[in-house]
Amino acid sequence: MFDFLSNPDYNLVDAFWTTIQLTFFSAIGALIWGTILVGMRVSPVPIMRGFATVYVNIFRNTPLTVIIIFTSLGLSSTLGINLAASDSPTSLADNAFRLAVLGFIVYTATFVCESLRSGINTVPVGQAEAARALGLNFVQVLGLIVLPQAFRAVIAPLANVLIALLKNTTVASVIGVAEASLLMSTMVENESDSLFSVFILFALVFVVLVLPLGLLLGWVAKKAEVKR
Amino acid sequence: MSTQSVLYDVPGPKARTRNWLYSVLFVLILLAVAYFVYDRFNEKGQWAGALWKPFVEGTTWSQFLLPGLVKTLEAAGLSIVIALPIGALLGIGRLSEHKWVRVPVGAVVEFFRAIPVLLLMVFGASLYAYYTDISPDTRPLFAAVTGLVLYNGSVLAEVFRAGILSLPKGQTEASSALGLRKTQTMVSVLLPQAVTLMLPALVSQLVVILKDTALAGQLTIGYDELIRGSGPITGNFNNTIPTLIVIAIIFIALNLLLSWFASWLERKLSRRKKAPRGAKPLEGPPSVVTATDFNTGRAV
Repeated sequence: MFDFLSNPDYNLVDAFWTTIQLTFFSAIGALIWGTILVGMRVSPVPIMRGFATVYVNIFRNTPLTVIIIFTSLGLSSTLGINLAASDSPTSLADNAFRLAVLGFIVYTATFVCESLRSGINTVPVGQAEAARALGLNFVQVLGLIVLPQAFRAVIAPLANVLIALLKNTTVASVIGVAEASLLMSTMVENESDSLFSVFILFALVFVVLVLPLGLLLGWVAKKAEVKR
Repeated sequence: MSTQSVLYDVPGPKARTRNWLYSVLFVLILLAVAYFVYDRFNEKGQWAGALWKPFVEGTTWSQFLLPGLVKTLEAAGLSIVIALPIGALLGIGRLSEHKWVRVPVGAVVEFFRAIPVLLLMVFGASLYAYYTDISPDTRPLFAAVTGLVLYNGSVLAEVFRAGILSLPKGQTEASSALGLRKTQTMVSVLLPQAVTLMLPALVSQLVVILKDTALAGQLTIGYDELIRGSGPITGNFNNTIPTLIVIAIIFIALNLLLSWFASWLERKLSRRKKAPRGAKPLEGPPSVVTATDFNTGRAV
């Protein structure tokens, strides 16, 4: 039933390793950029608030596919922006990979920002007032008092964002990043007689990746929750 | 914290000057970025009128963009109409008292929630190609809708479940005290309330469906939605960037419209449910279904 696995052209481990790497780098980038965005979104400077709001509304409502295609056809092919050293032998693959990561960061950061903003709302008003009474300025109030608690409150929503990101990395296949869904689409075309086994195999690996991640982060969220 | 201004004091004269300074600095940075983008575009001739001209001509819209948009809306609409009842059924099934209903439904929901939509669509496309005699013209639509329904149906199931669970237990108890059967309780007491409660989460899921249709044109699926449908434009005029920008604007406008409609609907529904005078609302609304819980997580 799974005899197609012996074909050396189908490197499942490599494909899923690429998926995991895409998720990892994008998650870190999105977390950083999302935190900066939420800082701007609640800041006392109106123009920063405006920028962050517009940014979030634009990129959250654009299909990820459009963003990913834009990074490849727009940024790379048309504008000639190259994210990998052009003399390295894996330059093309590297470039596609980094462009995809860039696209995922741009998109996922909006969801990180919105989760964090709802987390800020869970911090009691009195805490920020007390911090201000102590003479802390905005950056200190946000960075020392509010954001640490907000992060602990939104681990569960952030876990959902991370899981969504993991599944979203399949979109990178449309610009030719050799990850899981690209391999699957090649395999279902060549192995028409074992279509179901191919699908079940890929589906199960995703289930195996997603379910423990959700359970683990759910457990962490319970542990880290601030008791009020 | 309900208001943002809690994070900082009302600015005094010094703080106001400082905020002004930050504003100016930030605008300068934005302008620098904007100039960099403009310059990059300019260098590659992206401002040339010829690249943008197709979008002010009626034929481009009537031949490529509007048919693509119609197909996008067709796939999204079909998926929504099919996925909503399936989601409601699965959500209720997961709350069933019978183990032989609850467990398999739970397994189905968890399984399809964990799988990327793109994989489901790719699988659907091949499935219909190899095992059915659906005509090649409609096959892509079937594949797209299959993927969207399987995934979003199971996500919606969780939304429905959370909505029903968030209702006070007294509701069920009161209705069984009145002699209603379980089905009656669900249909005439719990579901209507749950639907109002989870409207924000439901609509953000509809936004997800609409955005996900953009996947249907990729890989082996080949549904001629907006992006794929605009392929001839970029082919003829070599204007990838303007085309993608126009497509993005269409999607953003549609989604904002959908969100705006949702908040209008919510206002309308909540006005109807205003508590009579003297009635005391429960401490803290049953707000398990916050927009972020579902909104952020399942977006694609």
